[in-house]
Amino acid sequence: MSEEAKAETTDSKESFEPKIMAFVCNWCTYAGADLAGTSRMEYRPNVRIIKLPCTGRIDPLFIIKAFENGADGVLISGCHPGDCHYTTGNYHARRRWIAFKDLLDFTGIDMSRVHFSWVSASEAIKWVELINNVTDDISALGPFMDFKRLNKKEAE
Amino acid sequence: MGKMEKELREKAKELLESGEVAVVIGYGFNRRKTRVTPVFITDPAETDKLVFNALCVNNLSIYLTRKYKDVQRIGRPAIVAKGCDIKNIVVLITEGQVKREDVYIIGMTCEGVAYKQELLKEKLVPEIMPVKCHNCDVRNPHVTDTVIGEKSDFTPPEEPTGMVFDKIKQIESMTATERWDFWNEHFTRCIKCYACRQLCSLCYCEQCITEKNMPQWIETSAHPRGNLAWNLIRAMHLAGRCTFCGECERGCPVNIPLNLVNQKLVLTVKNAFDFESGYDENVHPPMIVFKEDDKESFIK
Repeated sequence: MSEEAKAETTDSKESFEPKIMAFVCNWCTYAGADLAGTSRMEYRPNVRIIKLPCTGRIDPLFIIKAFENGADGVLISGCHPGDCHYTTGNYHARRRWIAFKDLLDFTGIDMSRVHFSWVSASEAIKWVELINNVTDDISALGPFMDFKRLNKKEAE
Repeated sequence: MGKMEKELREKAKELLESGEVAVVIGYGFNRRKTRVTPVFITDPAETDKLVFNALCVNNLSIYLTRKYKDVQRIGRPAIVAKGCDIKNIVVLITEGQVKREDVYIIGMTCEGVAYKQELLKEKLVPEIMPVKCHNCDVRNPHVTDTVIGEKSDFTPPEEPTGMVFDKIKQIESMTATERWDFWNEHFTRCIKCYACRQLCSLCYCEQCITEKNMPQWIETSAHPRGNLAWNLIRAMHLAGRCTFCGECERGCPVNIPLNLVNQKLVLTVKNAFDFESGYDENVHPPMIVFKEDDKESFIK
């Protein structure tokens, strides 16, 4: 964690609670998360879920927008390949992410803050583990200062 | 070049006189004969205005898009196009923007053009040619109705070379923080003039994402945050489509190295999906199709 990041976290209490945005598909991952809830499984409260009809609906812009608005990490999750409710949405999404991930990496956005996963409607345990792992990872990385600093910049 | 121009003018005259096309989109000199600008010839008597030389760097395929409705209204166009411009026309055809039979392509063989018109002094030398010309595999245009000029026997190097490719390799070897600083330094200069978009023949959306303001997806002020979002999203929207014509970088008033991001995505698409845009008008663009066994290693 950088000095500046440390200063920021010590200001707001000792422990840093990351904000994680999860963009999930309605049919698999959201149902999986719902199953985790109805089964009374406990997991970290750091994740804010946004439900979308399909992973194909997840525009690359959502990821950028989440970071602009102060997210420390982003999680993207949907049906396993072959399980898409709309038959092919997740295949298209996967293509898009292959290109977008390279682009983000190339422009220096910390790729350890963007997580991708396939979670089906029955994989409540996988969802719980995923959230816990992602939260741990991002807690260890600290606040995402790159974008936070960018927000403070004046237009030139 | 004299012979080529003569052939070009004769062909244009013939096309206009026979009524096969209503307008010839080509290059013409300005009054002082120092620069070439796009010309639209509708009168067979005026075909002498057409020129073709090393100044003809502009990509005229933009006039085939719906951005230029007044050009479309004239009628069936013939377009003077170098191989690299034809790549853009091919993408427009694959995306259903132009029908192949609705445009007459006058393919020009080409031995390279000047990167910026003002750089050309008397003779074209390799130093002032853009990177795309050094790696050009379409000096003999590939999708045409007629070809004008002598066959070029240039063979591009096996591995693409030039400043853009060296710089991409250099950026890839940097740390994430260095890359972030590098790009922010460039993107901060962006003044959101949208010249990159206006020049691009593949940016033909009638309502661009940056003009959507319910909600405001991309900030319109020239703030570093919105600048980053704009440049990333424009690059992403060109993924698998950009043909590396280089017009966006040439037109950028603050010299943002847009060729780097665009070419990076061209390379990504080539590696991941084995696709290069602009060669075959009968295949779908890579981002609207998929393979069940697309390879990735990052989805857990």
